Amino acid sequence: MANTYTLISSNTLSSSAASVTFSAIPSTYTDLVLWASHRVDVGVRVNDQLTLRFESSGANTNHSHTQLSGNGASAASSRVSSNYAITIDEGTVGPGATSNTFATSQFYIPSYTSSANKPVSIDNATETNATTAWRIGSAGLWRNASAISTIIIANNGNFVAGSSFYLYGINNS
Amino acid sequence: MPSTYEPIATTSLSASTSTITFSSIPSTYTDLKFILVGKGATATNVNLRFNGDTGGNYFAAYLQGNGSAASANYQSSIDNIYLTQAINWSDTYPSFLEADIFSYAGSLQKTITASTSGDYNGSGFATKWVGRWASTSAITSLSITAPSNWAVGTTATLYGIKAA
Repeated sequence: MANTYTLISSNTLSSSAASVTFSAIPSTYTDLVLWASHRVDVGVRVNDQLTLRFESSGANTNHSHTQLSGNGASAASSRVSSNYAITIDEGTVGPGATSNTFATSQFYIPSYTSSANKPVSIDNATETNATTAWRIGSAGLWRNASAISTIIIANNGNFVAGSSFYLYGINNS
Repeated sequence: MPSTYEPIATTSLSASTSTITFSSIPSTYTDLKFILVGKGATATNVNLRFNGDTGGNYFAAYLQGNGSAASANYQSSIDNIYLTQAINWSDTYPSFLEADIFSYAGSLQKTITASTSGDYNGSGFATKWVGRWASTSAITSLSITAPSNWAVGTTATLYGIKAA
């Protein structure tokens, strides 16, 4: 029987952390999916920025994205090119939000071992009982021919305890 | 352990083609998920059809962003579901499509949600769709067409999801 959707690794934070890293990702799957529930401790805002990258150093500029977002009042689209990470503006929940509310993210990374550049599909939502709630869909890109073996998800401060991250591998055969 | 998420069929193109079709879809699942990673659809609309139906039986609403502005529209009684609207898919960078097709074997009309996305480091798009196929027939085939060809290496996979 096919084992199509397999948990590779998970991390539920028992204390705050600036970032979460999945490393030594095996190359035995077709696609990857990262599910995350997260809140951060930076500033006073209701929402803040989330970042995703596939290079440990953070010094290169091989990431880019095109973002589509709506906040209950209006829709917008934006772009960042040649960046150190894929950024999701308003993609996580900050200290200004209702207590115990978290953002939800799905990152779908198809063909992560291919020798082509790597697309990423991002689905993100925050609803915090505030006057605005964000729903975001983004196209991400990592311009690199290497297989993805590391994923780093971060923010402008620290993820709070209780934030959780699950990385799955998907097989298409 | 029950297997609730199974690949039904997959194809990776060894020659360019305008239409990818999955046929003889079994009715043994609850929902379908369709994944495509593709290049080379360098024209406007990428079209999704079921059971070869070319009648005006599709309805859809979409929200789309191109990096500078967002747009939305509703389309009724059209002959397919446009999974991107007036967007050029890159020949250089792969783009992505994820579609969920709910209760595809039931006798009710069929609801489809889809996301398409492609970032090309300076251009690109992200789109969210909801669609309806106004047919009570079970879905037994699915076709996705690019006005110009899908490039070699384009990969498409159809998964079945079981509720129990």
